[in-house]
Amino acid sequence: MKLSRLLPFFGLVALVALFGFGIRWNMHHDQREVLSPLIGKPAPQFSLPVFGETSRKYGNVDLKGKPYLINVFASWCVACRDEHPLLMAEGARLGVPLVGLNYKDEPADAQRWLAQFGNPYDTVIVDYDGRAAIDFGVYGAPETFLVDAAGIIRYKRIGPITPDALRDELLPAIAAAKAAP
Amino acid sequence: MTMLARMAFVAMLAAIVSPAFAIDPLPFADRAQEQRFQDLARELRCLVCQNENLADSHAPLAKDLREQVFEQMQAGKSDAQIKEWLTDRYSEFMLYDPPLRGGTLLLWFGPFVLLLIGTVVVAMIVRRRSRGLTRTTEPNQSISDEDWT
Repeated sequence: MKLSRLLPFFGLVALVALFGFGIRWNMHHDQREVLSPLIGKPAPQFSLPVFGETSRKYGNVDLKGKPYLINVFASWCVACRDEHPLLMAEGARLGVPLVGLNYKDEPADAQRWLAQFGNPYDTVIVDYDGRAAIDFGVYGAPETFLVDAAGIIRYKRIGPITPDALRDELLPAIAAAKAAP
Repeated sequence: MTMLARMAFVAMLAAIVSPAFAIDPLPFADRAQEQRFQDLARELRCLVCQNENLADSHAPLAKDLREQVFEQMQAGKSDAQIKEWLTDRYSEFMLYDPPLRGGTLLLWFGPFVLLLIGTVVVAMIVRRRSRGLTRTTEPNQSISDEDWT
């Protein structure tokens, strides 16, 4: 049999393989997830009012020299509600300060939300107009950033932290950030 | 009025009032600046609803980013500077026209390469078929079944 007769068949096989690869890829990757250009770069400067004490500001300066996590949340954010129990259970065991960034939220709503579900954060700061979040490239709450002692963003999670993501991504990233001088 | 009815009413009003885009009433200096703003916003992707551009999107983030674009225009920044500001935060995925460089070569030229491959394949098939036709008109040429074995 001439090989050229088989060409269409090989073509079909190649297309099926490509199709299968596409399906597999989409099963493991969220297409909506956009890799942040900020990973490996210094965290943007922020200084925001502390939740409940609007006269006090809190920002990078206060967190300098130690790794920390910023978790972007809002009471209107449904996925934040899914993530919340994990933060309540594991937040204190992460070994780094957990800063909550209350994103475009009404203070009263946020207050009620934290009272109802608990407050896993060491500090909650308020980004009422969402400008600081834009500097962080936030586009879908919840989002979580790991900043190392040198102020560099080491890891970003878009969407709720799942137990798998905690074990396979976040905890190793925290360990690496803490190991770094 | 129920919430749903109110929303439908607002949507209907919006459809009548705003011709094509979800642009908020921003105080533009002049018509030219507004046009520049519209053109720029159409080239930018809304990351919340990724099949919409910044001009059309009703997402709160899109509104915030439109305000940022507007403010930076007032501050005298160029389109390129504004795009850089956005891509620094949200990556080049923001741009509907990604810049031409190593990683995007396939994106820009892939379709033309595929077209070229297709053309070559079609040309080869046509040439072989026409050769086959002239051969079968030759005398004493029995149809061979070698192709099928």
